[in-house]
Amino acid sequence: MTDVKNLDDIFQAKIDAEQKIEPKDWMPDAYRKNLIRQISQHAHSEVVGMLPEGNWITRAPSLKRKAILLAKVQDEAGHGLYLYSAVETMGVSREQTIDDLLSGKAKYSSIFNYPTLTWADIGAIGWLVDGAAIMNQVMLCRTSYGPYARAMVRICKEESFHQRQGYEIMAVLAKGSPEQKEMAQDALNRWWWPSLMMFGPTDANSPHSAQSMKWKIKRQSNDELRQIFIDRTVQQAEVIGLTIPDPELKWNEETKHYDWGTIDWTEFNNVVAGNGPCNKERLAARNKAHNEGAWVREAAVAYAAKKAKRKAA
Amino acid sequence: MSQNNALFTYTLRLADDLLILSQRLGEWCGHGPILEEDIALTNRALDHLGEARNLLTYAGQVEGKGRSEDNLAYLRMERQFTNVKLMEQPNGDYAHTMVRSFLFDAYHLPLMQALLKSSDEQLAAIAGKAVKEATYHLRASSEWIIRFGDGTEESHQRAQTALDDLWTYTGELFEIDPVLEEMTKAGIAPDITAIKESWSKTVDQVLAEATLKRPADAFMMTGGRKGLHSEHMGFILAEMQHVTRAYPGVEW
Repeated sequence: MTDVKNLDDIFQAKIDAEQKIEPKDWMPDAYRKNLIRQISQHAHSEVVGMLPEGNWITRAPSLKRKAILLAKVQDEAGHGLYLYSAVETMGVSREQTIDDLLSGKAKYSSIFNYPTLTWADIGAIGWLVDGAAIMNQVMLCRTSYGPYARAMVRICKEESFHQRQGYEIMAVLAKGSPEQKEMAQDALNRWWWPSLMMFGPTDANSPHSAQSMKWKIKRQSNDELRQIFIDRTVQQAEVIGLTIPDPELKWNEETKHYDWGTIDWTEFNNVVAGNGPCNKERLAARNKAHNEGAWVREAAVAYAAKKAKRKAA
Repeated sequence: MSQNNALFTYTLRLADDLLILSQRLGEWCGHGPILEEDIALTNRALDHLGEARNLLTYAGQVEGKGRSEDNLAYLRMERQFTNVKLMEQPNGDYAHTMVRSFLFDAYHLPLMQALLKSSDEQLAAIAGKAVKEATYHLRASSEWIIRFGDGTEESHQRAQTALDDLWTYTGELFEIDPVLEEMTKAGIAPDITAIKESWSKTVDQVLAEATLKRPADAFMMTGGRKGLHSEHMGFILAEMQHVTRAYPGVEW
């Protein structure tokens, strides 16, 4: 009989050789648990993320923008579906995963606990929030777990379209009337720091990071990805004439990166702990949809059963 | 009324039905009973919106006063909207939403199929794009009506209630007035009585399979085509138009 130590070594050798881990392969329990946590959080983020953006579908200021926003939010629902399926490959049913969200046990990206107050927030979410998410997701296309990596390839294609449409909303606002430009700047002011928080705690304080890197679930650290995002986004803001709300932001000729200020980790911890502006509303909305939809799901199941019985008879 | 005026009004009616239904369906986004249905509802909203935009753009061209799709959608008031009242009814529960769509889909598909032969090339082309989507919409809503009717006791009850509530709004879909008469005479609009026959047949077939009862044709609501709406309409427009109206004349 092969002992566990040996299985662990074989597993790690596979990872080191850049081979994908597939659902039927042996994997350490901790790897499985880590991935279930990460993929389900990711799935929940897609689904909860529909709420702040869905908030503006009925109010989009042109029919073209309304159509784009509908398509975008629909994409997010699709991403949720692939990712719930990826979790199922690890032996956890979609019902169980969703129950964990609804009971408050599972987490989702804290960014979606901030409110969308003006139309410009839809631009800021696409540009900054999707922009930050892409940094992580591009890396995840090469993650060690096969089903997750493959889901990410398609998700990344759509997210990059989302990012561009968000930036374009901001660009149009920034060159519009003074009120529009003010709306865009205000949205950037409110979404900038929460977007930087999306990369997670600093490397020194990230509880899951080291093991995730060894297993090649993650391939770049939180701080590395955050810096790439800042470097890119600062330039994009300059092009459209908006100002990043960080007085300490400065190009560093030596490092060839921007130096920047300090994240308010108290705010971050507060929102993660459930005290963000919309935590209660988001969870309440998901629970309401789930509860009010119960009879619909029951009817579908009952009808399918009747139909199968009739066919068998 | 000149034929151009009648064509403008007729095209606008087709557009307004779709625009307002799409607006209602958009309210569901993120709140559907299951993720797959969230996606399907959004798809429906998107298809209706796409068709509405083609029709509004065309209506603006026919009118010849330089009004764009956005101009027509965002800068008209309640009394100038010509959708039937069925479209503005609140979403209610999922049975009300699906019955509302089913009653519309069963009318929309044969209408689009008939419009393929319209003497107006632009309307025929728009119908050409819409037929495929309309076929899918009717299939999907019919399947839900059958699941509800022949599902659980609760779903049956909810579907029957929705049907009873909304039936009074179906007469408006088939109203004949001078605009429609003129359009039919010109070979632009199809014969609405034939559309009604097709609608009625579909409704009977689906309700029979769903074990639901077709409500009696009692009193039918009217007024939408003349811009006489329910009280819901003002709120729909307030929500839809407020940003655009608050910043007049800018690009988005």
